[in-house]
Amino acid sequence: MSQAESHHDAEIRQLAEARAAEAGALLPILHAIQDRVGYVPERAVPIVAEVLNLSRAEVHGVVTFYHFFRTKPPGKQTLYVCRAEACQSMGARALESYARKKLGVDFHETTADGRFSLEPVYCLGNCACSPAVMVDETVYGRVTPQRLDEILA
Amino acid sequence: MATTKVFVPSDTSARSLGADAVATAVAAEANRRGLSVEIVRNGSRGLYWLEPLVEVLVGSERHAYGPVTARDVASLFEADFLAGAEHALALGPTESIQYLKKQTRLTFARVGIIDPTSLDDYRAHGGYRGLANALKLTGEQVVATVTDSGLRGRGGAAFPTGIKWKTVLGAQADQKYIVCNADEGDSGTFADRMILESDPFVLVEGMTIAGLAVGATKGFVYIRAEYPQAIRTMRAAVERATASGLLGNDVLGSGRAFDLEVREAAGAYICGEETSLLESLEGKRGVVRYRPPLPAIKGLFGKPTVINNVLSLSSVPVILDKGAEFYKNFGTGRSRGTITIQLAGNIKQGGLIELGFGTSLREILYDFGGGSATGKPIRAVQAGGPLGAYMHPKHFDTPFDYEQFAAVGAMVGHGGLVVFDDSVDMGEQARFAMEFCAVESCGKCTPCRIGAVRGVEVIDRIRSGDNETANVALLRDLCDTMVTGSLCALGGMAPFPVLSVLNHFP
Repeated sequence: MSQAESHHDAEIRQLAEARAAEAGALLPILHAIQDRVGYVPERAVPIVAEVLNLSRAEVHGVVTFYHFFRTKPPGKQTLYVCRAEACQSMGARALESYARKKLGVDFHETTADGRFSLEPVYCLGNCACSPAVMVDETVYGRVTPQRLDEILA
Repeated sequence: MATTKVFVPSDTSARSLGADAVATAVAAEANRRGLSVEIVRNGSRGLYWLEPLVEVLVGSERHAYGPVTARDVASLFEADFLAGAEHALALGPTESIQYLKKQTRLTFARVGIIDPTSLDDYRAHGGYRGLANALKLTGEQVVATVTDSGLRGRGGAAFPTGIKWKTVLGAQADQKYIVCNADEGDSGTFADRMILESDPFVLVEGMTIAGLAVGATKGFVYIRAEYPQAIRTMRAAVERATASGLLGNDVLGSGRAFDLEVREAAGAYICGEETSLLESLEGKRGVVRYRPPLPAIKGLFGKPTVINNVLSLSSVPVILDKGAEFYKNFGTGRSRGTITIQLAGNIKQGGLIELGFGTSLREILYDFGGGSATGKPIRAVQAGGPLGAYMHPKHFDTPFDYEQFAAVGAMVGHGGLVVFDDSVDMGEQARFAMEFCAVESCGKCTPCRIGAVRGVEVIDRIRSGDNETANVALLRDLCDTMVTGSLCALGGMAPFPVLSVLNHFP
């Protein structure tokens, strides 16, 4: 185990213990871990399970049920492309192909240089300004391929 | 030197079109010209084709300019927009913009008007009058008021809110909960997000009233992870309300307790289904529960729980403020009060439209919406989210009313409308409905988990011309199994858009 990993282990335990007493603490703990580490590493599962007195299977089941939790390190930034109906009506399917081609990756993948991860999202609530994308936590509306170039530049 | 108030929306959609850059440019330009302006980051009025919509307070009236980009700011100052002067982007007094003027804003009375971070602003615009009235009533009286108002669940299921509350009020337990479903996952909907970002205190107040009415001391707001700004705004509002004694052990000096906590969801569409949401709040996989028992009897952590949508809870303060009669007088048939329609997709003038029930879909699409964004004929409208039917133009005269929508095989749902022009491939849309259900199924029941996957396969065969007649019959059969055999609305309703395509867009 590297020094960074053992450092993470201690940090993960601390994050879990800080919220362990709350009712239904598992999701808030997983969010806290992902916020800090950038993803929920596999090594977090036994630690969280121990702190919450749950089985590893239960924690693993929750991590993998929710689309939002990542189990691999993401790129420096994440591009979320909305695939839902309102965006479809304004050309999201073409935008989606453009994003895949531009980044050279498929959904759930990260570019070779580690700059961008590409994720699908089903609705950003920006449906009157479709199509929409989000980079990390910043939402963009009425996105054309040209605008996407500017956003990712 | 007098300071002029300039309003630049902070709402996610407005920001997605550059509102932050506009705010920065206004501040910089005012500074350069030695003018004194106070920039208020209000919520959005919901006139999204005009965003970023900048307003200036002139005398006691707000004048609107939009859509404004950062590049327009210098010319606005040049034209003296601070005095409400003419400009190519000038829209006149905001309240006289027809799209807004024709609306009946009850739930959205303050949205876009106030600074969402300001409790003083909220109170100055009628906030907390509903709670003050509720505190003078018994729990039974509050519940009766909500029942009498005719309010039905605005999340989509349209179940009478007062009846739900009554069940929880009547349940005996050491702990009860209020849960707000803010997992607004339906495409074409953004009304919940607007409340959370633009008027968060109305939800705090509505949930407090619910808590005091049914005897619950704790509430949770479950907000989707895709809405980071809504989560931040709501958390800040809860903190402020707590610091001001509007939440906590002694709500408004009444000696009664109510606390709120904001919980972040994690990107599962199914968690908008109420029992799966409760599982998620308990820290589990968002797998649907069998009913009965109803959440009102055994809900969160096994305790009696009121679980309502953002819009239902946010409509409660105005009902308690102005009375059940006032609210009930809007609407038609068994659909009382107002519906917040969200006009989205391929539409020229998309936005938030709050009206008494009864307006026809056609009026919304053409009078408000101005037709499609591309200028082509409107081919179909998906109403009520990804599980809603695609409505054909022959049904555009249907009035907004739960029962009348149902009569043509459609649903009002959460009030979202997604417009498609005639370039849409309806077969592709039908396929997407099944694909989405397959991706988002919680996996508990077979009709949904497996049916959706098979549905995609059968649609692919039909689309490739393989044994079309037999496969259409098979698809209808599969839809029937899913509708009648699924445990919840995901598998039970995903066939509706598919069937609507088969029936109306062959």
